[in-house]
Amino acid sequence: MNMERTGFKTNSYYRSLTRNMFLIITIVSVIPLILVSSIILYQFHTSYQEKVHAHLEELVQKHKQNIDSFLKDKLSGIQFLGKTFNFEELNDEAFLQDILKTLQEEYDPVFVDLGVINTYGLQVAYAGPFKLGMALYGTADWFQNAMKTEYFISDVFLGLRGLPHFIIAVRESWMGEFWILRATIDFVAFNNLVENIRIGETGFAFILNKEGNFQTKPLVDIVSSKAPYMDFLNTEPGSKDKIHVVEKTDQSGNENIYVSAFLKDGDWLLVYQQRVTDAFSNFNNALIVTLAIILLGGLGIVTTAYILSRQMVSRIAGSDKEKEMMNEQIVESGKLASVGELAAGIAHEINNPVAIMVEEAGWIEDLLEEEEFQEGQNLDEFSRALNQIRAQGRRCKEITQKLLSFARKTDSRVQDIQANDLIEEVVALSAQRAKYSNVTVNTDLQGNLPTLRMSQTELQQVLLNLINNALDAMEKSGGVINISSKLEGESIVIEVADNGPGIPEANLFRIFDPFFTTKPVGKGTGLGLSICYGIINKLGGKLEVKSALGQGSTFYVRIPLPEKKEGEDEGPPAGSDSH
Amino acid sequence: MAIAKVMLVDDEVPFVETMTKRLSKRDLHIVSAFSGQEALERLDKTRNIEVVILDVKMPGMDGIEALKEIKKSHPLVEVVMLTAYATVETAIEGMKLGAFDYLMKPCDIEVLLSKVEEATAKKRKHEDKIIEARMKEITSRRI
Repeated sequence: MNMERTGFKTNSYYRSLTRNMFLIITIVSVIPLILVSSIILYQFHTSYQEKVHAHLEELVQKHKQNIDSFLKDKLSGIQFLGKTFNFEELNDEAFLQDILKTLQEEYDPVFVDLGVINTYGLQVAYAGPFKLGMALYGTADWFQNAMKTEYFISDVFLGLRGLPHFIIAVRESWMGEFWILRATIDFVAFNNLVENIRIGETGFAFILNKEGNFQTKPLVDIVSSKAPYMDFLNTEPGSKDKIHVVEKTDQSGNENIYVSAFLKDGDWLLVYQQRVTDAFSNFNNALIVTLAIILLGGLGIVTTAYILSRQMVSRIAGSDKEKEMMNEQIVESGKLASVGELAAGIAHEINNPVAIMVEEAGWIEDLLEEEEFQEGQNLDEFSRALNQIRAQGRRCKEITQKLLSFARKTDSRVQDIQANDLIEEVVALSAQRAKYSNVTVNTDLQGNLPTLRMSQTELQQVLLNLINNALDAMEKSGGVINISSKLEGESIVIEVADNGPGIPEANLFRIFDPFFTTKPVGKGTGLGLSICYGIINKLGGKLEVKSALGQGSTFYVRIPLPEKKEGEDEGPPAGSDSH
Repeated sequence: MAIAKVMLVDDEVPFVETMTKRLSKRDLHIVSAFSGQEALERLDKTRNIEVVILDVKMPGMDGIEALKEIKKSHPLVEVVMLTAYATVETAIEGMKLGAFDYLMKPCDIEVLLSKVEEATAKKRKHEDKIIEARMKEITSRRI
């Protein structure tokens, strides 16, 4: 039944085996790879994001402080002027020019001009590059606001001069009436404070006022709409000192990172904006490299799994095949054994009737010797016929004996054997086959060889195999087999030489390998020579071959003699019946 | 006087019958038996049987068992085993148990005859020795 099962192993069985192995190897190796990589990537991404956010927060915090201190600095300068000089002193335009000059020398040239405005909004004195003397600011927003508080910093506006700027105004009183000292801050200088914040390719900063108007010049091409920034202005009124980091997708579909902080006591909002892809470019590069490695590794795993499973399955298929052949061999030898038993039984059963027939013939012969028959006319014919019966009876006996000696294959008892007797027996057995193959078998045996100690049937098997191989080789052409035996040192060497086609050199090293055969499928199992090799090897002997193409092959069976022991002489040899 | 008194034991009746005729013609006194059991019974009844030709393979009591019994009750009787080729091993085992020799079926009448003669000679020699020993014992007692 084992045979049947292995016999049914079709291609689809091996294909599904290959596929299963391939899948298992791939899944088992790829899934952990992907899991580990994704966990590591996720962790790395999180910590990298935290790092980037922290960095940007710090950056914005620093600039917030910078801008705040810039404003405070300028404000305190103007406040100092307002406190130090009174309205009358500053009303003098020449004096004002001096002060402006001093201011511009002391500070960076951020102060564009100075103006003194009376309580009605009339600019009574002006120092600066523009012709703004006697300008009336009574209705201007900043003036209205400035009159309400001690100091005021306006939003950026175009004003009378038509250039973006903003105003720092300080309210002082003189003779019971408020007056205002006003300074204009150069927009470019202020804008630089913010515009210098540039990181990567898309990172930039700008300032918005409460209405969402830009207080600095943003990169117009990037900032297309104010809408996203209005959220920051509206949703975070309370937390003025906090810095907010938000990631959002804008209208054009780009994911941006926004960092915002309030300036100027919540009047302005400093916003830093950068594309996420840009902020995380290092991470993204690492991600690409990692993915490439995972992909390549996965590819490697898949390839290896494919090749490995293919190889494994072809191995399995090979060993299945070998097993199948082995099973066949076992079945064959089982058959042989039962045939042998059958032959033994038949031989035994035939022997008895044959014995009776021969005895009866003998009895007739005995009777014929009596006087009354001596004159019989057919006496000669009688005795010829009786002799014939006896002769044929003996022939039957010989045949059954041969059959029996061949059938008793399972006999592996170690005994003393005469190599020459065995050779002759085997030659006699193969004589018929040799005759059909047109092969002559010659023997050249050295007399008085010492006995060997081994299983008779095993040596029989070895010799029969060698002779059969030689006969197979010369089946078509016919030829000569020479078998010789001789004593060589401490061993007996039996040579089986044929003059057949010979063995190609490439096969010469493999002929003793199990399952190596040059015979067509189904004809030979390739086990014969390997079994012979095993038998001779077990005895400590050697089985060697010499062969050349076209010159025939010679097999040498070298069997060591048993070590001599005193008094080891067994009784009469088995075949002591005399004939 | 017959050369020897022989018992032929084989389950093949025609074989025994023919053999009896042939051997009787050659001056042997033959007693035949067709099974191991019968052989033992006859051996008890008949006096002076010198050689038993015993087939190895018989239904019921086989040759080896019969041999053991014969050797037990009649130690001086010589036994020649008769065997088909397939039972040579058994025959050899029989010789280890004390059989005189073995013969293969179908056997040549001359060979069988000579074996029987040898066996008879051996048996008679044994008997002579025993008689001699007894005589010695008796004579030594007189002295």
